[in-house]
Amino acid sequence: MAPSAPLPAPAVERDLRLDLFRGVALWGIFLDHIPENVVNWLTIRNYGFSDATEIFIFISGYTAAFVYGRAMRERGFLVASARILRRAWQIYVAHIFLFTIFMAEIAYVAATFDNPLYAEEMKILDFLKQPDVTIFEALILKFKPVNMDVLPLYIVLLLLFPPMLLLLLRQPALALTGSALLYVLTWSFDFNLPAYPNGVWFFNPFAWQLLFVFGAWCALGGAQRLAMVLHSRIVLAVAVTYILFAFAITMTWYVEPLARFVPNWLSDWMYPIDKTNLDVLRFAHFLALAAVTVHFVPRDWPGLKSPILLPAIRCGQHSLEIFCLGVFLAFAGQFIISEYSGGPPIQVAISLIGIMIMVATANLISWYKVIEGRSPTSRVKTPDADLAGGEA
Amino acid sequence: MTLLLTILAAVALFDSAVAAVPEPSCVVPQSFLSSDTELTRALNEVKARQRLDISVVGTGSSALPGPDGARYAYPAQLEKALQKDLPGITVKVTVHVQPRATAADLAAGMAKVLADDKPALVIWQTGTADAMNSVEPEGFHTSLDDGVGAVEGGNADVILMNMQYSPHTESMMDVSGYADIMRFVAQQHNALLFDRLGIMRSWSDDGTFDLYSATKNYDMARRVHECIGRALASQIISASHLDAVRMQTTR
Repeated sequence: MAPSAPLPAPAVERDLRLDLFRGVALWGIFLDHIPENVVNWLTIRNYGFSDATEIFIFISGYTAAFVYGRAMRERGFLVASARILRRAWQIYVAHIFLFTIFMAEIAYVAATFDNPLYAEEMKILDFLKQPDVTIFEALILKFKPVNMDVLPLYIVLLLLFPPMLLLLLRQPALALTGSALLYVLTWSFDFNLPAYPNGVWFFNPFAWQLLFVFGAWCALGGAQRLAMVLHSRIVLAVAVTYILFAFAITMTWYVEPLARFVPNWLSDWMYPIDKTNLDVLRFAHFLALAAVTVHFVPRDWPGLKSPILLPAIRCGQHSLEIFCLGVFLAFAGQFIISEYSGGPPIQVAISLIGIMIMVATANLISWYKVIEGRSPTSRVKTPDADLAGGEA
Repeated sequence: MTLLLTILAAVALFDSAVAAVPEPSCVVPQSFLSSDTELTRALNEVKARQRLDISVVGTGSSALPGPDGARYAYPAQLEKALQKDLPGITVKVTVHVQPRATAADLAAGMAKVLADDKPALVIWQTGTADAMNSVEPEGFHTSLDDGVGAVEGGNADVILMNMQYSPHTESMMDVSGYADIMRFVAQQHNALLFDRLGIMRSWSDDGTFDLYSATKNYDMARRVHECIGRALASQIISASHLDAVRMQTTR
């Protein structure tokens, strides 16, 4: 555990690795959100315990601390908090916008699709009969359609972020310990937020905050403190071993005969690997991936400047817009696949076109920011939350 | 010679139990039906009493709507297929359908089903209502454990049947997470899983059925249920080694 001294100010220059991996994570989230898609075999969730969500939340915590940490140091608690809350509001508006599109799709399916084979499944659309309740529950973030759970998590994390950021700036070790303690208490006492019509939030904010706070801690100097650990060969060996172990276990999910090689005591201990509460196996898998990545992709890796990776970096720099676009494109893609019985060629085409639209949109947003003089490369004195180079 | 031909024909029929019958043709990849798990209680009942009592416990997708729904739904099709494949053996399938019931609801009623029907095999179709209501995965897991435990305690075998593959509602509910839990519970209890989700998806992929189509017509729904009933029969026969028993009875 790091000593409780205030952390050194982080490097001012933007770490392009964050944008790159967030961009790739956004593509992964888009692909994974189209359930019937051969291309989503490429995403990391099929080869280990964690998936794109962990990367997205960690990097979001990192960039939130990067941008608002500086604001809090330079302009004080009030200004930084106000900006964090404005960001949370923007995300809320984006979420409600996506919900509207989702409702339109559902209403269309309900009106046009009928098949006695699916009499039971179509009852999922019954909530359309009670729009008063459903829309209200959606507005208070209790009703969240499938695949629309990430933004509400992000909103709650940002709402709780101002005091946490203050603590991270003053007593980083205490802040990280507090976050870990909340995670442990969540597991012990089943804390979660209620959902509608029943159940709890799919992404438990009290558990997932650990990843967000850990990202923030890394951004505020924690990463430098960890540098020694990350460069140790032993840590690398442990991380690689764990990644290989997770890979072997995930293979047993797809190749049934392999399942017999997993001893009962291991599966009793290991399963279920809980995504809702950020299972410790998932968290560890993310840490292992991060350790290996940091080892092999240094901050000044020349590849980060190559035009091949630029599309992903651009997407990562405008994460909120591209995330929302990805969710929308996943709806649209799934819709096209179901309307036209799309086979693998259509699925590949939809995946590629979707990513191309995401990249084009990211470039368009960058262009807007250039003409408005807010480009990440133009040296603006105070970073803006919407700044491409520092979007939280 | 005739006997030999009959046996060969029967073996061939068994090997491709689903594919050999001309209408409707719905091949189920063998990987979905083969398993090391054995249905010993079912086999014992057939051997001892020349009968097989099966209870189907499930929700709306174990039935079909319409006046003749029950006659065409997969439990009735299963009974028909088993009667045909197991001549000389009395097969009785009793159906307990509770629309919208979650695994917890169905598990709670399991003891009564066992007491009333005294089945040698319970086919437990579940998961859909849980996915629709976003039941907590851990709670779902516990309910499955309870239900499967009750069946085992009632001295019957169990087959867990997962959800239908329903492409239109796939973006509205997350069935795969629940299907994974069902697979895991089946493994833990050394019980059979009838992977309806995977089988129907393979039918959709290979063009056997257009599950995306909108229709008010019952034809396709009935054909799908018939195929499920026959695939289930073939899984039961294979897992309880009833093919051997059948050979003895037909000889």
